[in-house]
Amino acid sequence: MPDLTQPYDRALLAVTLVAMDPGLGGVAVRARAGPVRNALAGQLAPWGRLTRLHPGLTDDDLFGGLDLTATLTAGQPVLRPGLLSRAGAFELTMAERCPVGLAARLSLALDQGAGPLVMWDEGAEEDERAPVALAERLAFAVDLTGVGVAGLGAVAPAPARLTHVALPDSALTDIISLCGRLGIDSARAPLFALRCARALAALGGRDAVTPDDIAIAAALTLAHRATQLPPDDAEPPPPEEDQPRPEEQDLIIPQDLLLEAVKAFLPPDLLARLAAGQLRTARGSGTGAVKKGNRRGRPLPARPGGLTGGARIDLVATLRAAAPWQPMRRAPGGPLRILPADLRVKRFEDRSDRLLIFAVDASGSQALTRLAEAKGAVELLLAQAYARRDHVALIAFRGTGAEVLLPPTRSLVQTKRRLAALPGGGGTPLAAGLMAALAQADGARRRGLTPTIALLTDGRANIALDGRADRPQAAADALTAARALRAAGAAALVIDTGQRAEPQLATLARAMGGAYLALPRADAQTLSRSLSAALDA
Amino acid sequence: MRQPFPFSAIVGQDEMKRAMILTAIDAGLGGVLVFGDRGTGKSTAVRALAALLPPIMVVPGCPVNSETQADVPAWADATGKGTISVPTPVVDLPLGVTEDRVTGALDIERALTRGEKAFQPGLLARANRGYLYIDEVNLLEDHIVDLLLDVAASGENVVEREGLSIRHAARFVLVGSGNPEEGELRPQLLDRFGLSVEVTSPRDIDTRVEVIRRRDAYDTDHAAFMLRWQAEDAAIRDRILGARAALKGLKAGDKVLRDVAELCLALGADGLRGELTLVRAARAYAAWRDDTAITRAHVRDVAALALRHRLRRDPLDEAGSTARVGRVVEEVLA
Repeated sequence: MPDLTQPYDRALLAVTLVAMDPGLGGVAVRARAGPVRNALAGQLAPWGRLTRLHPGLTDDDLFGGLDLTATLTAGQPVLRPGLLSRAGAFELTMAERCPVGLAARLSLALDQGAGPLVMWDEGAEEDERAPVALAERLAFAVDLTGVGVAGLGAVAPAPARLTHVALPDSALTDIISLCGRLGIDSARAPLFALRCARALAALGGRDAVTPDDIAIAAALTLAHRATQLPPDDAEPPPPEEDQPRPEEQDLIIPQDLLLEAVKAFLPPDLLARLAAGQLRTARGSGTGAVKKGNRRGRPLPARPGGLTGGARIDLVATLRAAAPWQPMRRAPGGPLRILPADLRVKRFEDRSDRLLIFAVDASGSQALTRLAEAKGAVELLLAQAYARRDHVALIAFRGTGAEVLLPPTRSLVQTKRRLAALPGGGGTPLAAGLMAALAQADGARRRGLTPTIALLTDGRANIALDGRADRPQAAADALTAARALRAAGAAALVIDTGQRAEPQLATLARAMGGAYLALPRADAQTLSRSLSAALDA
Repeated sequence: MRQPFPFSAIVGQDEMKRAMILTAIDAGLGGVLVFGDRGTGKSTAVRALAALLPPIMVVPGCPVNSETQADVPAWADATGKGTISVPTPVVDLPLGVTEDRVTGALDIERALTRGEKAFQPGLLARANRGYLYIDEVNLLEDHIVDLLLDVAASGENVVEREGLSIRHAARFVLVGSGNPEEGELRPQLLDRFGLSVEVTSPRDIDTRVEVIRRRDAYDTDHAAFMLRWQAEDAAIRDRILGARAALKGLKAGDKVLRDVAELCLALGADGLRGELTLVRAARAYAAWRDDTAITRAHVRDVAALALRHRLRRDPLDEAGSTARVGRVVEEVLA
């Protein structure tokens, strides 16, 4: 049995188990391109032929279709098969760039028994993650970040699969109550754990599942799905509902033992991710529609082009391009002859969705009121967001730094859940707030959204970027951050909620290249109204 | 492809099952919207429903599943004689689908190779007289949503593009599922769904164990499992057919209509679609229960299904719509 504390060995074991039971779906591997990843890719031989998929694939590539260029050359329909119709395993590269549409199609294919799939998640940033819909359908996930090249093992040869592996009834209860304690709601997780336990038993040449198999299976399939840390041991363990029969006595695993097994493999950054609320929102390219230059929107003039990327032929322009050559090309009375060079494709122009980033000052005595009103404004804006194509994010800054309270979303449900508790009080790290807003704006732009930043504050900056209480330095930092925002080209708006207008904020607004609005005692309604008005102007 | 998971073997999720059955009984109800977290069995239930539906009669080779020769559109060629029995079509509308695939477009293959102007039917044609299933419906791109709304409202797909002028019947039942945490659905599209359900994972261990046990049996011992549930699925199918026949005989009395109107008024549901759907749902439910008249009890049981997605969204209300409907039902139908 390989050493399971090493991520690479876990990955190898996962590869072996999937080779034995393709029903496990596959493995999600988070690793940048490099020797370690290449080494693991070289170990995928037991899966059989590997078909490579990438995020840019179109429906024609996936499901097959007419090969138009070949058709035109041959003068008769030439079909080409789709990638998904190939037997064997698939690998998805750059999974963090995978658009929701492709993820949905691959999910469907996996549900219908295609695969297994290895998903290479090459995300560098915390918010760049492979689509959750796909990761959900793969039993295993391994993070190879920081694994060294030295001493990488090789995959163990998989024995023929045992046809039937007995499973004690208690295993089911154990795994499901464990899922409950880790906050795993999906029914797929315990199913994968069971399959994995069976495959492990088969791998060991046993015809019944042992407690060890279950512990390892739980660690491999459940740890990365955890959405909460297991409650403290002080809490009474879930009641066992029925007394085990004598012959199963040796198979009872103490719940805590099982929990310990999983705990050892919880992602090290789980706590941080839980705190940042990243778990539920990590979803690859997000819900924002990525701009598609040649598929929809307002029509632009046609241009010559091939037939890739789901482009649509502009038939009239194509015929117009081909027409002058017909006397030379066609036999008298024969059909039109169109060459690939004549093809013209349609182009469209589309407006992308907008992301409204609220950077809210949560410092000082007024913090709670201001945050509550900002929360109200966020929810009001979201309630009408669909028609306006807006996404909303909320950043609060106080004390020594800024915190993303609400990552970009269009979901009212999620917003309510996130904004239930709002921290407040402390100094005013204006620059930190602006830098956090800039980071969100950059991320949004990468996902095809147009970011707009609304800064809500009533005071002067008094905490510098490095966290020191240094008023002049803080003001200079805030000004620098504001210029960085302007350089990044993000539209901005400064809302002064103080009793008296603060001249420093007006200067800041000018540096950001944005409007300055003085709105003392602004409530949620006024806020959302003036925001809408200012943004639509 | 493997047979889908049997409908009768789904553990719990009574409301979702009830909504699916009511839709199968009365296609005029306008479909179901299922909202819930991942892995709660949304797609499983929809695919299981497909296996429950009784077959329909169609003209062989007809691209829009016409019932009679007279209904076959003029542009369709190579259709056969007479009619044959086929399973009710359930068409998947994948995310990121292009407009051409949905509405149909010029058949480029024939245009370029044979110089003919022919129409290649899309998903809407295939879904006629059947079901259109959209997984992750809240992530569907806006222009496709607009298109679906238009066709769902008119029951007809009109294609005017690339020199084609084609129209064909497109009456289908929309079935959508999605995860509300990933985005909201536009109110106009919400309103198009007759019934809506919110599903959650079961909270007690026994139920969850049973869910996993059955799914595991389905995966590992497929043939025996399907055999085990075959009879129960058949019983539900027969009951659906019986209820369909009973629909006509069930009239909504003045008292029930008054109840329904008061309920919708008290909830402030927009438009009259809420009332109409609630009455239809109560009728289908009475037929399913094999009762001879529609009563207040039926209305009460389906009120949340028919109304919860039609309320005006109040962003500052912490309790969900389900709780609001429940509260008002208790007050009005006390």
